[in-house]
Amino acid sequence: MALVGPVALRRRSVSRALLGLVGAGAIGLTALLFTATPFQGVLDFVLVAYLLYVVAQTAVSYAVEGARSARNRLALTLLVSALFLALVPLAAVLIYTVQRGVQAISPGFLTHSMNGVGPLEDAGGAYHAIVGTLEQVVIASVISIPLGLLAAVYIVEYGRGRLVYWIRFFVDVMTGLPSIVAGLFIFAFWVLGLHKGFSGFAAGMALAILMIPIVVRASEEMLKLVPNDLREASYALGVPRWRTIVSVVFPAASAGLTTGIILAVARVTGETAPLLLTAFGFDAIRTNPFSGPQSGLPLFVFSQAGSAFDVAVNRAWAGALTLIAIVLVLTVLARVLTRRNVLA
Amino acid sequence: MTVAAPASERLASRSTREVRRGDRIFRGLSVGSGLAILAIIVAIAVFLVWKALPAFHTSGLRFFTQTAWFPDARPARFGVAALAFGTVLSSVVALVLVVPVAIGAALTLTELAPRRLGVFGGYVVDVLAVVPSVVYGLWGVYYLVPKLIPMQRWLDHNAGFVPLFQSRNDTFGRSVFAASAVLAIMVLPIIAAISREVFRQVPQANREAALALGATRWETIRMAVLPPSRSGVVGAVMLGFGRALGETIAVALVLAASFNVNFHVFEPGGNTIAANIATKFGESGVTGREALIASGLVLFVITLGVNMAARGVVYRSTRIAEGKV
Repeated sequence: MALVGPVALRRRSVSRALLGLVGAGAIGLTALLFTATPFQGVLDFVLVAYLLYVVAQTAVSYAVEGARSARNRLALTLLVSALFLALVPLAAVLIYTVQRGVQAISPGFLTHSMNGVGPLEDAGGAYHAIVGTLEQVVIASVISIPLGLLAAVYIVEYGRGRLVYWIRFFVDVMTGLPSIVAGLFIFAFWVLGLHKGFSGFAAGMALAILMIPIVVRASEEMLKLVPNDLREASYALGVPRWRTIVSVVFPAASAGLTTGIILAVARVTGETAPLLLTAFGFDAIRTNPFSGPQSGLPLFVFSQAGSAFDVAVNRAWAGALTLIAIVLVLTVLARVLTRRNVLA
Repeated sequence: MTVAAPASERLASRSTREVRRGDRIFRGLSVGSGLAILAIIVAIAVFLVWKALPAFHTSGLRFFTQTAWFPDARPARFGVAALAFGTVLSSVVALVLVVPVAIGAALTLTELAPRRLGVFGGYVVDVLAVVPSVVYGLWGVYYLVPKLIPMQRWLDHNAGFVPLFQSRNDTFGRSVFAASAVLAIMVLPIIAAISREVFRQVPQANREAALALGATRWETIRMAVLPPSRSGVVGAVMLGFGRALGETIAVALVLAASFNVNFHVFEPGGNTIAANIATKFGESGVTGREALIASGLVLFVITLGVNMAARGVVYRSTRIAEGKV
């Protein structure tokens, strides 16, 4: 009796060593399979070995630990695999873009426009497009940051009742607005309705429409995190409400607000579809965003990618690398700032 | 004394008046910004309808049944049927591919990974959302499309009796399936991010109760985490659907445009409303652009409907509407 108790209580479980053995067996069997049958390829090898491992692991667990544990192991393995599966395309996109981009990029790429470059010439660059993107994103920011921030202030500080509900609801709905529809709207309103023609400014407005909801949501989250004690302390000193918001709430939330705004900028910098319908594209350098078509970096990549010539496709890759570098730098910058955020 | 009191009162009231004015202005600005957002949504609807009317006038109700797209021909023949079909089909296939992966990844990050690692993993998955769509498109054409061909061919040869897997002319490549694969990658971060929020809202006590009863970790997830999260996850999937419906540039690059209603997702060709606008805009005449606006209006209505429904579901499921995108 004294001996049966503890023994019965101790659950039999599959040791790590046994799991390792199962894994080695799976790889070995796959290797055997690949030499004996017409199977080939690295990807196939990994896939077959993985499937064998999952099946074997479940079977061993079923035999040693019972059905519930086997099901547990199988499910957890699949869940973790899902995470890896989600990260594979990210790695593939980044690695492949960097590979092709580094091969394609040249010193002249960042300093030359496409003005007068023939279809088969291995020349030209994205300078005009970079200038355009810079201006368009600045215009979008100038429109959307104050508007978005103030709307977030309304939602958090003043909002009561149904109006705030509807504003929040439509801000959320607006985050799902297809970017091409934002472009179509500005085209219908600015180009067709007001006869203003294509321009960098029109593109900036279209980008602003996409940026506003992102700014509102991010600012709203941050303003909500500011403790009420701070506001009350300020009121107690006789500071009016608006001064409290401007000089107490904003500074307290500043790190988070900056993060949100940078992420919003990163998001719209890569938008192509709205530029197509508003900036339209232009091969030469145009620094004035208010008159005439302009290019933008994503638009440049799109138009070069559509070409049948290798030199153009190479320019597209160089542009894609530049674009991804800008966007990733902004994203990392935003994350670094998050670390400094005392509220989060 | 009797003179001083009113003077100080006057002083005080002037300063409160100034305070009130400052407050009024600031409040007005912020209310105005909120209303401006509502106005933008209304303006989008109004201008799209207004500028699309001539196209509706030209094509009449055939706009919804016609598959061809020759708006600048005489007589003009164009309709949104094939485009709308392609839009929905590609997005549905994308969801089928991505939903298990996105939810599995979200569960791993919230339920299995140590807290810090989970947060970091969330950031990494979110990076998928900042990669520009034109980069996905370029990568899709030159990397993914060729990689997917053997798999499609294998399925066609071995499971071709299922119409979905069949390629009648035995060609593969820039198909709806390839476009859906790219779309799947692009909507993964949205579905994963919102699902993570939803799972995080489940009270810790639920999990502890299940574990205390001797449940395994999977049983805990299945019995304590998933049931209260169901409607939130449904909302997340619908938001991903809305995003996939409106994705433009990646589809425009990957898909070889054609205008027909075709369920054979492995056959090259197909089109979506958004991709068609992007590819046809430059070469379109006046009627062509009006027709594109009309198709954009259809896309706007569909995505608005999907998004509103999705937000409704998410709002109701998580009391604190933490719809982070």
